[in-house]
Amino acid sequence: MAKQFEDKKKGDKADSGNPKEDAIEVMATVIEPLPNAMFRVELENKHQVLAHVSGKMRKNFIRILAGDKVAVELSPYDLTRGRIVYRYK
Amino acid sequence: MAIHLRSAEELEKMHRAGLLVYEVLTALRSAVKPGMTTMDLEKLTEEKIAGQPGHAAFKGYRGYPCMLCTSVNSEIVHGIPSPKRRLREGDIVSIDFGMEVDGYYADSAVTVPLGKIRPEVLKLLDVTRESLDRAIDKMRAGNRLGDVGHAVQSWVEQNGFSVVREFVGHGIGTRMHDEPNLPNYGEEGRGARLQEGMVIAIEPMVNAGRPEVRMRGEWVAETADGSPSAHFEHTVAVTANGPWILTRPREVTGPSW
Repeated sequence: MAKQFEDKKKGDKADSGNPKEDAIEVMATVIEPLPNAMFRVELENKHQVLAHVSGKMRKNFIRILAGDKVAVELSPYDLTRGRIVYRYK
Repeated sequence: MAIHLRSAEELEKMHRAGLLVYEVLTALRSAVKPGMTTMDLEKLTEEKIAGQPGHAAFKGYRGYPCMLCTSVNSEIVHGIPSPKRRLREGDIVSIDFGMEVDGYYADSAVTVPLGKIRPEVLKLLDVTRESLDRAIDKMRAGNRLGDVGHAVQSWVEQNGFSVVREFVGHGIGTRMHDEPNLPNYGEEGRGARLQEGMVIAIEPMVNAGRPEVRMRGEWVAETADGSPSAHFEHTVAVTANGPWILTRPREVTGPSW
């Protein structure tokens, strides 16, 4: 009898067990800056999300202003919180 | 990952189970004729093992209802014997059977043509059978698991067929399905190193068309594109003198099926 096998590395299920890999990356526009390097951003689907600036961007002194287009990573567990990971030109 | 290394006595016990499996499969292989149903094969098996030591391994395994898996044409594995499934000339049926004797398991399978079959289907059987032989030849201490899977994959794909990904060969011993998994695909040089005492059920599952699998119900797996699929299997041990096919008598030589 053959053994059934699901290759975790190849499966495209939404949950691979690692929330860091399952994050959904979307493009968004910054609406307004909030204290503590937090920003309110608006996604393409008009949803607004609370996002914080990623450590990598802070480390490299990348500034973000209202109106910038940025890439935001959304957690699969809470789609209203995100992490800003890239600022587009 | 814990792969068991079996002692000589354990291998003997598994060989005893393996010989019974071989007897049953050889008998079924000659007995099967167009017009029979897959349930007929199941009944023949029940008769054949009555009075023999041990038990059929599949029945009751995770709720599986029968002793055999009979997979016809586009069915890949785990076809359930049924009085409604009548075999016809030109069909191919893979018969998979396992026995547990004295606490140890053996698992083997063969794909049998019914009467005259199309040349492409005959080629499918030959290639799959050969892929099992090539895999068995890699079962030597010092080789790696990936070498075995690669042997199957490269031979199958060279011949224009495809290897099923969703089902794999498996370690076997005191449990039917044990570690390690032995996929029918792989890269040479990767995977665990084979050592004396390892016993693995090698079972290439090959589709004439595309590798994708579709489930029909809880058990039956069939090819997504409807193409025929062949399956051959042996339980093989790694020994100091090379691979030992536990699911066949020592005297038998030549191609594994």
